[in-house]
Amino acid sequence: MIPGIETLTQDRLWCFGQVKGTIEIGATEADIISTVEFNHTGELLATGDKGGRVVIFQREQESKNQVHRRGEYNVYSTFQSHEPEFDYLKSLEIEEKINKIRWLPQQNAAYFLLSTNDKTVKLWKVSERDKRPEGYNLKDEEGRLRDPATITTLRVPVLRPMDLMVEATPRRVFANAHTYHINSISVNSDYETYMSADDLRINLWNFEITNQSFNIVDIKPANMEELTEVITAAEFHPHHCNTFVYSSSKGTIRLCDMRASALCDRHTKFFEEPEDPSNRSFFSEIISSISDVKFSHSGRYIMTRDYLTVKVWDLNMENRPIETYQVHDYLRSKLCSLYENDCIFDKFECVWNGSDSVIMTGSYNNFFRMFDRNTKRDVTLEASRENSKPRAILKPRKVCVGGKRRKDEISVDSLDFSKKILHTAWHPSENIIAVAATNNLYIFQDKVN
Amino acid sequence: MLSKGLKRKREEEEEQQEEEALAVDTWWLDSDHPAVAPAPPAVASSSLFDLSVLKLHHSLRQSEPDLRHLVLVVNTLRRIQASMVPTAVLPPVPSLPAAPGMADNLLASSDAALSASMASLLEDLSHIEGLSQAPQPLAEEGPQGRPIGGPPPSLGSLDLLDPATGCLLDDGLEGLFEDIDTSMYDSDLWAPASEGLKPGPEGGPGEDAPELKETELDYLMDVLVGTQALERPPGPGR
Repeated sequence: MIPGIETLTQDRLWCFGQVKGTIEIGATEADIISTVEFNHTGELLATGDKGGRVVIFQREQESKNQVHRRGEYNVYSTFQSHEPEFDYLKSLEIEEKINKIRWLPQQNAAYFLLSTNDKTVKLWKVSERDKRPEGYNLKDEEGRLRDPATITTLRVPVLRPMDLMVEATPRRVFANAHTYHINSISVNSDYETYMSADDLRINLWNFEITNQSFNIVDIKPANMEELTEVITAAEFHPHHCNTFVYSSSKGTIRLCDMRASALCDRHTKFFEEPEDPSNRSFFSEIISSISDVKFSHSGRYIMTRDYLTVKVWDLNMENRPIETYQVHDYLRSKLCSLYENDCIFDKFECVWNGSDSVIMTGSYNNFFRMFDRNTKRDVTLEASRENSKPRAILKPRKVCVGGKRRKDEISVDSLDFSKKILHTAWHPSENIIAVAATNNLYIFQDKVN
Repeated sequence: MLSKGLKRKREEEEEQQEEEALAVDTWWLDSDHPAVAPAPPAVASSSLFDLSVLKLHHSLRQSEPDLRHLVLVVNTLRRIQASMVPTAVLPPVPSLPAAPGMADNLLASSDAALSASMASLLEDLSHIEGLSQAPQPLAEEGPQGRPIGGPPPSLGSLDLLDPATGCLLDDGLEGLFEDIDTSMYDSDLWAPASEGLKPGPEGGPGEDAPELKETELDYLMDVLVGTQALERPPGPGR
């Protein structure tokens, strides 16, 4: 599927592919998916959950016989990445929930990924073993030591095929560098360093060094009483290893250049949109808080998600975004209720497609939204078990704001705010998307003609 | 999240006045849509200020507060508080020309009190995190409400000081505000009101919730002070 070809066709149609996870009755809170990420080729899809587990799905090879059937994603490896910990000094429990997973680009047969909870980042190596050595001299087949007196001949051990085994091993543990909760990790394009960001600080790590990190951003005020802003997300530029951005709870984005100084407290660029006076309310700051920031694949744009909108910014223009998309503006009049039930603090993520032409983000009621930047068309789809027949085409959904509700529409007051799509991922080169709905992972792909 | 409701005894007149005040403040609501959608499991308090204070309290109760949530709630609370100041000038006792000025003082001191308490709580957070050096601010304030040596022993944060002389205003003026419900300012975030401040008749029903919270807050303060003693310098990760 050539990225970009969809712009020549009519509205893309999305079909159900697969759903992973238990049906509601068996679900526990530990099963709630907290992060989703494709690797750089799209061959692997990783999820992290509240219970600290990582599940990796692998796309099966497309069979030559069934050209029209896209490869399915099946479980490749499951492992416990983080365990609950107790900080005895502060009498605090550290949650094992996986906040983010980031893949490293593949450099050999093994796969590497970073996974993080609130305090500790870990580098995992996922590798296959499909051969095992047989014919040891000093050990028998069960591994027991042989009595040297019984050995009369010597042989060379040989590698024999075995059932494929996928093993995940923790190769590095990057701990004790964050006082506050880690919200982001980002692998640098130099493939040697990565950064981890918490509420007030950003640290730069070298993959090889676990007992030391460099602090590159620190916004902790001298007096905590002056604290009015926290860091909400951070990401490295996809090509320029010296550049990164971080977003704040006040709706601003700062772009920093690490060549300018060791501590990047002074930004190179500052992106902020002036407040719209007609939309001002007590909740203005909360809804302007940015929950996610992502560079486009090209590196020319950044996309930010705040409570009600997704914005695209040109790196060369700091005073306002070039595009603003309304995700669920019908919630603007409900902000008081959403403040009351804390939904206003939900952190939605956003993603680009491979060609940077379409952006996607989640909403409530298991709805998610896609915006085509070229045609300016948008669509609302739903991740639900009801639309789960193989290759069933997803029907666009619509929220009715007031007045007469049409047959297929749903009214704002009927939306289920406990069903939120916070995490989504888009295959790097194909129109395959992964949508996390509480404890279920949905995989959708566009219709193959 | 479920918030515990604040029980308040209110007289009808005050309720009306507060509703009027709220109406003035509701410019932020979109006129086309219902102001507040039918809310999920109820929060008893009716004003945004109370809700925010509850959220702040709830957030601080967590073993490790979500800093983003905390900062956003505090900032929102400051905004709400800032907008409430003009409405309090509505004199409860219109016949006394001095009344608006006194009301200003009341709110100014509570504003300072709120800022001070929020400041101290954020300061406490930094103590927990072990990265702030001076224990003095905490020691000076002490467990909330308990007097520490030097400063005037009964100087709760809501005691009114005459700006000119720095002396406590006499009880005669306190009597002016007896019919005003000050329970929202008596929240346990800051010093429990001294006996003379809380209007007598309203002492009853409001006590249960604040009493419970005060115990918990004292416990929290003890833990903070105790935790502080155990702290060590930051680990090798920095």
